[in-house]
Amino acid sequence: MSAKGIGQSVPRKEDGRFMAGRGKYVGDIKPSGLMEVAFARSSIAHGRIRAIVKPDGAENRVFTAADLDGVKPIRAPSKLPGYKASDFPTLAAGKVRFVGEPLAACIGETRAEAEDLAQAVMADIEPLDPVIDMLSARAPGATLVHDEWSDNVVLETAFDGDMDTAAANAAVSVTKEYRMNRQAMVPMEARAVMAEWDSRQDQLIVHASTQIPHLIRNGLAEFMNLEQRQVRIIAPDVGGGFGLKCYVESEYVVASWLAMRFGRPFRWIEDRREHLVADANCREHHYVVTAHADGRGKIIGFDAEVTVDAGAYSIYPFTNCLEAAMAGGNLLGPYDIPAYRVKTYTVVTNKPPLMPYRGVARAGVCFATDMTIDAIARAVGREPHEVRIENMVKPEQMPYTNVARKSFDSGDYPEAVRRAAKMLDIDALRARQRAGEPDGRLIGIGFGSYAEQTAHGTSVFASWGVQLVPGFEQAGAKLTPDGGIELRVGVQSHGQGMETTLAQIASEVLGIDPARVMVMHGDTGLTPYSTGTYASRSIVMAGGAVSRACGVIGERIARIGAHLLQCDTADVEIRDGHVMGPGGEVPFSEIGRVWYLNPDELPTDVDMGGVEAVIGYRPDPDHGTFSYATHAAVIALDPDLGTVEVLDYVIVEDCGTMVNPMVVAGQCYGGAAQGVGTALYEESPYDDQGQPMASTFADYFLPGPTEIPSFRLEHMITPSPHTEHGIKGMGEGGTIPTPALIGNAINDALKPLGAEVNETPISPRRILAAIAAAQEAAQ
Amino acid sequence: MKPAKFEYENAATVEEAVELLGQADGFAKVLAGGQSLGPMMNLRLAQPDLLVDVRRIKEFGHVEQRNGGLFVGAGVIHSAIEDGKLPDVTNGFLPFVAGQIAYRAVRNRGTIGGSVAHADPAGDWPTALLVLGAKVEIAGSAGRRSIALEDFQLGAFTVALEPEEVVCGFDIPALSAGAKWGHYKVCRKPGEFADSIGTVIVDPDRGFARAVLGATDGAPLMLPAVAERLAASGADGFGIDEAKQAIADAGATFDSYLTQIHAVALSRAAKGAFAQ
Repeated sequence: MSAKGIGQSVPRKEDGRFMAGRGKYVGDIKPSGLMEVAFARSSIAHGRIRAIVKPDGAENRVFTAADLDGVKPIRAPSKLPGYKASDFPTLAAGKVRFVGEPLAACIGETRAEAEDLAQAVMADIEPLDPVIDMLSARAPGATLVHDEWSDNVVLETAFDGDMDTAAANAAVSVTKEYRMNRQAMVPMEARAVMAEWDSRQDQLIVHASTQIPHLIRNGLAEFMNLEQRQVRIIAPDVGGGFGLKCYVESEYVVASWLAMRFGRPFRWIEDRREHLVADANCREHHYVVTAHADGRGKIIGFDAEVTVDAGAYSIYPFTNCLEAAMAGGNLLGPYDIPAYRVKTYTVVTNKPPLMPYRGVARAGVCFATDMTIDAIARAVGREPHEVRIENMVKPEQMPYTNVARKSFDSGDYPEAVRRAAKMLDIDALRARQRAGEPDGRLIGIGFGSYAEQTAHGTSVFASWGVQLVPGFEQAGAKLTPDGGIELRVGVQSHGQGMETTLAQIASEVLGIDPARVMVMHGDTGLTPYSTGTYASRSIVMAGGAVSRACGVIGERIARIGAHLLQCDTADVEIRDGHVMGPGGEVPFSEIGRVWYLNPDELPTDVDMGGVEAVIGYRPDPDHGTFSYATHAAVIALDPDLGTVEVLDYVIVEDCGTMVNPMVVAGQCYGGAAQGVGTALYEESPYDDQGQPMASTFADYFLPGPTEIPSFRLEHMITPSPHTEHGIKGMGEGGTIPTPALIGNAINDALKPLGAEVNETPISPRRILAAIAAAQEAAQ
Repeated sequence: MKPAKFEYENAATVEEAVELLGQADGFAKVLAGGQSLGPMMNLRLAQPDLLVDVRRIKEFGHVEQRNGGLFVGAGVIHSAIEDGKLPDVTNGFLPFVAGQIAYRAVRNRGTIGGSVAHADPAGDWPTALLVLGAKVEIAGSAGRRSIALEDFQLGAFTVALEPEEVVCGFDIPALSAGAKWGHYKVCRKPGEFADSIGTVIVDPDRGFARAVLGATDGAPLMLPAVAERLAASGADGFGIDEAKQAIADAGATFDSYLTQIHAVALSRAAKGAFAQ
């Protein structure tokens, strides 16, 4: 135990530099001779390139696909049967497949000069019919995005269950169609890369705003035809990732090629318009769900068809099939449903690539499942939160493997619902709702519940067919000569606060103040190999590895300490950064001094591994540990304008052992804020020609301080039986239930009008259209 | 998002600004607060050859009570109006409107003259100054002229301004003590561009009544029949359906969503005026 170890709300060490504006991002790294890159991008969604004409006199400052000698296209393979692979051209060649696809790289001493060139590049492109809607893209005879394919379906998967029996035995059956529209991820720092060639090391050094430095290294080495030793990736401070910064981007490859070609550093800093138009998007799921239930609303059969619009290209390394795979596996949520059938389709269209966003598919999944729970509740005339509890896996069933083979490890899912209902005071709210608001607005109450698989291990990733599978996570721990601790981890911290929480884990094991623990991350040259930070894995995996590594050096420190104290190792313990013996104590600084500076004082049989170790860790079993939560909210809906105000929002979550409750709260709030964005505001719509309709923040709405409610949070703590310290991952969960519960609250408010909305973002336009449709249907 | 190359001149006086604009080789734009022009240039939607910066022209900061009203110089920033730094001749209407413009950071730089000259249909001042019956003072090579706002605002992003002319300020009539005003802005969230602006003034002592619908697809829409009806019988019964009819009678057509929210904005503005 340590006063600043696991369970303590230690202020984040990294906040000192962030709050003072002293963070160091890619854009802050400016070596001498730095050149800027800007891209000429396609204004056509689908077309055949006839010519790309460089501006006169600028032939040596503008580069097209034909110039990129030695560069391979980005290709993301998958082992899943039936998966159709495609090349993501570094610069467009042959066809363009989305508006914003890079056509030519333009360089200049300043970004403005590079943009002047980009504006002057002439592209002669023969337009083809664009493929825009995923459902029509799936239909036979649709225009092909990739000419060599037989259709636009990247991958189909199926899971079969007996729906006929469920349908025959059901008291109620409801069928609903849901759509979670395409959006952007909008980190505060958009994408960024600065590449330089180090002639001394014969090495390409790429400073990248990424979550996965080691995987970027794998990809860049492959696509640039370099040996791995010739590539080093450094992720400095990264201003938010949310899943976006998990792919090898064509812009990385171009900047690297330019650095090698000219022997000068080149950088590309994505601007906000590029982010909204040309960057990978997220979400865009379509569901048709039929649920069969008994008279109390207990679901006995769940039948779904899922379509994911994956955009034009598969991204490296995780492919564009993860969303549908995750959706198919997780649609049952925290519910115990005996019969399940699902078909999933991953479809290509003429839009930017789709990537998993915080929550990976499960925001869409929860939207489909939890909105269906409420539809069932309406059909059987019960309170939705009671029907939710009726259907949930019960604590006495734990550990429990559901029909979709998800293994829930621990927790009390119904209790989270009960506590959320109590926090809201649901009986008082129902009375208020019946009485009506003085201003004519309609009150609605909504719940959303999820169980989130976190820290998916080797077996789970292997089942998704991806090429780069996480295995054992490693961490390095080292005692410094003055008694401090250095940790080295291959994950990347870009908002999670891991410079603090990993230090707290070291503190827990070694009793040292976290202030004396340095966490090095995000640099392939300094850290052990890791697949990086995504899928709520880092605190479980890297945290577990740090704990083990600190345990190993702790034992060696204790042995040296015992020697210095002239007592048995069995008689010493480590506390407060000291080795304590029966007759005295030695501080870590003394151990460091002896090991590094005065080894003559060590016993001759000392462990030569010393006070430094790289140790691996994997949870057992490693199929992932499940966090869970119920969020609930009260909204007021103006039926004349279709506007929604969130009046109250409560969160009851359980992520097992909390390393730092303040960081957990921050992750919950941040996730739920992004969930509010998905629910009510954020959308990247495309017109029928594939033109993006939201290319600036004038058209792309983000929730701000006036739209985000004050969240009220309660914790439950059920340590995982499978992980070091009982920690469960929790970086993503906050985003998952928000669209569903706000949708449920809106439909609860609309109930007296007979209207229903099942598509995000639930904009005023969609609400008023639903009210108008209900009025028409009533006439 | 860097602007294309442009020349920059700093004008010290109105006359100098007019001269610089008149002599410009190519497309010249006046730079005031830059809150619209700046982003448009960064997105390269606007690529002027010359910017004439008018921020240092002293006259544009001038504020004076005259001719039974208030003259507000074109360079007055929104936050000065919001904070009540100008004499209030409008029973609180001007500060109310100013406080709803975009975000405080924008209001600290954006100017009333820039807003009207830019003529974005979603802008706040084009609608608000029109409902007040304001006049715009313009300087050009032929000297000064003053015209009513309804004659100045010709359409979306289109005003009756010659290439070498600049907007100098506005003469805003004072409202009587018994005047009623109502203003209702619909936007997705505070700070966003308006989807609709309904605004109404009924000033029986001056025999003045106006109703205006803003954030349409063109210049703000004057609704004289609505003004007459409100002046005659108040806002009782002026609900969404009647507002829809009034908008249709004025010849404006929108899709069903915009028809609804324009009608709500107009109806709520009218009711707000008479609830005071």
